[in-house]
Amino acid sequence: MIKKNKVPMPKQDQLVRIKNFDEVALGYTPEQAMEEASRCLQCKNALCVKGCPVEIDIPAFIKYIREGNFLDAVKKIKEKNSLPAICGRVCPQENQCEKFCVMGRRWEPIAIGRLERFVADYERSNNKVAVKSSGEKGKVACVGSGPASLTCAADLAMMGYGVTLFESLHVAGGVLMYGIPEFRLPKKVVQEEADYVKSLGVELVTDVIVGKTVTIDELFKEGYQAIFIGTGAGLPKFLGIPGENLNGVYSANEFLIRVNLMKAYLFPKYHTPIYRGSKVAVVGGGNVAMDAARVALRLGAEVYVVYRRGEAEMPARKEEVENAKEEGVKFVFYANPIRVLGEEWVTGLECLRMELGEPDGTGRRRPIPIPNSNFVLECDSVVIAIGQSPNPLIPLTTEGLKIGEHGNIVADSEGRTTKKGVFAGGDITSGEATVIAAMAAGKRAARAIDQYIQKGVGW
Amino acid sequence: MNEILVKRELAPSVKLMVIHAPLIARKFKPGHFVILRVCEEGERIPLTIADADGHNITIVFQEVGKTTKLLGQLNVGDRILNVLGPLGRPSQIENYGHVCCVGGGVGVSELYPVTRALKQAGNSVTAIVGARNKDLIIFEDEIRSVSDELYITTDDGSKGVKGLVTDVLKRLLEQTRFDRIYAVGPPIMMKAVSEVTKPKNIKTIVSLNPIMIDGTGMCGGCRVIVGGETRFACVDGPEFDGHLVDFNHLLSRLKMYQKQEKEVMQRN
Repeated sequence: MIKKNKVPMPKQDQLVRIKNFDEVALGYTPEQAMEEASRCLQCKNALCVKGCPVEIDIPAFIKYIREGNFLDAVKKIKEKNSLPAICGRVCPQENQCEKFCVMGRRWEPIAIGRLERFVADYERSNNKVAVKSSGEKGKVACVGSGPASLTCAADLAMMGYGVTLFESLHVAGGVLMYGIPEFRLPKKVVQEEADYVKSLGVELVTDVIVGKTVTIDELFKEGYQAIFIGTGAGLPKFLGIPGENLNGVYSANEFLIRVNLMKAYLFPKYHTPIYRGSKVAVVGGGNVAMDAARVALRLGAEVYVVYRRGEAEMPARKEEVENAKEEGVKFVFYANPIRVLGEEWVTGLECLRMELGEPDGTGRRRPIPIPNSNFVLECDSVVIAIGQSPNPLIPLTTEGLKIGEHGNIVADSEGRTTKKGVFAGGDITSGEATVIAAMAAGKRAARAIDQYIQKGVGW
Repeated sequence: MNEILVKRELAPSVKLMVIHAPLIARKFKPGHFVILRVCEEGERIPLTIADADGHNITIVFQEVGKTTKLLGQLNVGDRILNVLGPLGRPSQIENYGHVCCVGGGVGVSELYPVTRALKQAGNSVTAIVGARNKDLIIFEDEIRSVSDELYITTDDGSKGVKGLVTDVLKRLLEQTRFDRIYAVGPPIMMKAVSEVTKPKNIKTIVSLNPIMIDGTGMCGGCRVIVGGETRFACVDGPEFDGHLVDFNHLLSRLKMYQKQEKEVMQRN
């Protein structure tokens, strides 16, 4: 008899976890993983694989788990995906592999993400094997070291290229380090995955900002045959309302960089400070807003998420919204901030009530302000999480790169830009998207780079 | 990389370091800054590059916070954990005619490469440098070597003119028409200089020093208000038109972590 529901994910108790930054989801035990794997129907023409942006042979790795052969399972995953411990945690599986799972038509789909995470963690705590690239096939530079670049670099190394990753911050990982909080994606996990990529022969160079320390054209002169740009969407957007520059107002990026990358939650052991508000308003309805809200909560605040549409329209993953709610984050829907109040420090956020009108270009119903519906949400800190745009540094310092209207680098589906030998992928081309979409872009670009270097295909 | 080659105390709690940083040195232009971090637990802080030659850069800093204190404890042969740069837009250097370069405190070291470049570009250069007392006057010889005339002021009169840099500037402006003013130093000094030159409508460039983290435009922590608009000092600056800068806002934001800065200093 097949079990209808997923083996539940063990989680930290909600009353305990709001007081710490430890990971919320604890991961399956080997027994739980084997039990969950036994639910898999092992479809011949598996639909789940079609939902995987990086084409993992899902039934094959699940079969190994069922047999208790965890290391072969992870090996199977790593044929396609070098960062399984990360994907298993932050991929929106409900919109991808698990969405297509046949089991999901009547019951709950197989917990593919949890199983991926389980074997990746199993391997991390046991010995792992990597084959180092000979580097003989050519020399490639990957700019940035977030999910797109890490994946592109790993795939190229596995093909036999010598790859250098250039990172402007002091550690590898990009948004995985500065953006996603510890309790959702432990930084140790990110570093171990980055270490795995390095063990494939990829060289990591931190503290180099391409566009300033060195330009794209100079990298070509240094002998790099192709360059992949995966610099992400790192520029914070602001609302452009009065009072936005008062003390206590953060961009989500700054708030999360301080806490995640600089570990301000461990201040003063770590020296970077963060203002711990007692009542924090987080503006926005996406995953970044959920992350910021849950961080603020753990720093001891009462937290209000202010979103101009309703719950159904929130772009955040359902699971993240549920987690936030469980932990005590409050939501103020149909509200749009028009002014941050305060003299030197924030004292409140003035908002207008909204109602939903006709669908807009994104298919979601457009929020329309209700006249004279102003109200004030008292708060001593505001975090603005309404999105990020691509960093303009490389576009500004590289001739021949076509730039789109949102400041994104224009590239085709294989990552080819308008400049010969230069490829790009991830949020720098698409605007803000998911970790896995960026990884898929890195993967496609790696193939195109191979074609370009070996056969001159592309321009 | 990042090895400290020279360390000198220029004044009480003001230190100069020459650092082996070839990638940064070869791209250096006056006005550029670096972001550095000294230990795994450390903050990322911006410091303006005071000079560069060949493979090395020079930084000058006052030990006022946790990071600068820790930096000051490093010695020749030690490596600085992380140094990123060069960052920011370089100074606009042209032959403007007669330029007045004004520096205060540790900012005088930042004044030096800009003054030198302005001199080399053909400008006639008047320099005014000030500090609280004679012991805190730094880079005097350097500034003298790249300017046509140099005025020194101290708050207590222990060297040069007793008073503020703006006292000398005001006096000079009674007889001289400057074509451009460049000012770097404590925000309150840059504010005062801008207030003096604004009625006379002399273009005044100031180099701002807000709190930064990444230094590459990612966090927005360094936002300043210039001409009513929000700008990021790290990528849009750090130099701006002093007549358009909202200095009160800058001063207020610089105080944002005062309490925490004390707390982290008291630890250990």
